[in-house]
Amino acid sequence: MPEEILLNVNHIDAFHGSFQALWDVSLTVKPGEIVAIIGANSSGKSTLLDTISGLVHPARGSIEFEGQDISTLEAFKIVNLGICQTPEGRGIFPDLTVLENLILGSYNHKARPKRAQNLQEVYQLFPIMEERKNQLAKTLSGGEQQMLAIGRGLMSTPKLMLLDEMSLGLAPILVNELYRILREIRERGITILFVEQNVRRSLTEADRAYIMEAGRVVLSGTAAELREEEGVKKAYFGA
Amino acid sequence: MGILLGGLYAVIALGLSLVFGVVKEINIAHGDLVILGSYFGYVAMSVIGIDPILSLVIGIPLMFGFGFVLQKYILNRAFKISMDATLIIAFGISIILQNVFQLIWSPMSRGLTTSYALSSVTAGPIRVPLAYLLDFIVAIVVMLFLREFMRRTYLGKAIRAAAQDRKTAHLMGINTDQVYAYTFGISMAFAAIAGIFLGLTFPFTPVSGMSFLIIALGVVVLGGMGSILGTFIGGIAFGLAQTLGGYFFGLAAQMLVAYTMVLVVLAVIPRGIFGR
Repeated sequence: MPEEILLNVNHIDAFHGSFQALWDVSLTVKPGEIVAIIGANSSGKSTLLDTISGLVHPARGSIEFEGQDISTLEAFKIVNLGICQTPEGRGIFPDLTVLENLILGSYNHKARPKRAQNLQEVYQLFPIMEERKNQLAKTLSGGEQQMLAIGRGLMSTPKLMLLDEMSLGLAPILVNELYRILREIRERGITILFVEQNVRRSLTEADRAYIMEAGRVVLSGTAAELREEEGVKKAYFGA
Repeated sequence: MGILLGGLYAVIALGLSLVFGVVKEINIAHGDLVILGSYFGYVAMSVIGIDPILSLVIGIPLMFGFGFVLQKYILNRAFKISMDATLIIAFGISIILQNVFQLIWSPMSRGLTTSYALSSVTAGPIRVPLAYLLDFIVAIVVMLFLREFMRRTYLGKAIRAAAQDRKTAHLMGINTDQVYAYTFGISMAFAAIAGIFLGLTFPFTPVSGMSFLIIALGVVVLGGMGSILGTFIGGIAFGLAQTLGGYFFGLAAQMLVAYTMVLVVLAVIPRGIFGR
């Protein structure tokens, strides 16, 4: 039985100027999955997301989304296909209001007609966004800014959400809440690929995970398998 | 008088401020492009025989299209090479325009001398030239238009987003190159308006652009980079300083007083009056 694949990253190399950030990276994501990319700082996780989003183009290899080759498409066109990224550091527009930030999430032409409906869903998921809709985004707390960034991603009617280090700098209780919301987003049929430094957390929340080191995928498997893997235990759990 | 004149400075500076705030380019050809607008009005008036203000119906779309194409096909590419490349291109445009003006219209001073440009309005003890009053009204109209445009339309929001965070704007599906082209086009549409009202207010020569560029830079610095209201206030402050300086210290000291004020403001509040 051929398995359906949503995203297929096929042996890619990518560069930042003359520095090679990704080496022969391959990864697949199936519809409805939650997949984690785990790794330390500068292991290439964010570059991998940027390459999928089209901000960086791979020097070798290809990226396919729903069977279509997207490796040379520009970032603003990839959003139209149903991939959205919540960038590291949240990337909210500080001097725009919360509502304006959300509306910009639906800038792509496919999402515009669904703007009102998507907005209602975001408000349902994050009631605080509706309360704060006329505030400038920079006045929100860190956790609220992250919620805004996720909500703004949902406004684009995505099929696949890429989340970069969403728990960075947030209190554990907020992080729990964000992951609960992530599961809820998956319930709505949106596939999730997230980047995380916290191994324990990632292996609890994700179905499968890829572990990256120095721009290479060094291990991959289901979360359950990786939890049992000796190397992972030693390197990350200190057991 | 100074306050009203400030309106003209604000309109000239607004285009410069917009491009600087969004595209992060210092368009040093802005003054000459404003003068291009003035000559356009001059041709419309003296050759075709239509009123300069009415000629904006053609002038605005023409200049918008020119700005759009210039940004999209030349400056966006130069931008990817380096910031300096855009500066040098703008400098080149400035020189080309000045020389073309000289070739076509000679170094002689020209003006848009319509009947109303020379008339004045009396309100009680105050008597002001009508052109100055028009400058101020136009400034308010242009500011309000830009403000509402930036707030209400998708494109306006996209322009603000691209100005604040280029990478994330891309991730929202915003084609930033296209947005920059629109921004430059809008800036040029404002230059067309500024050019006409400049011509109604002052005589101009092929090299006038440079002095108005310097005034506009002063206004942008005063008001704070990329702030619409700041540009307006900056324009008024500049016009006021210039007029009062001329009144108290003589005509020769006009610019000295205005720029001393710019320097003082920079020293005290480096981000300008409304700077972020």
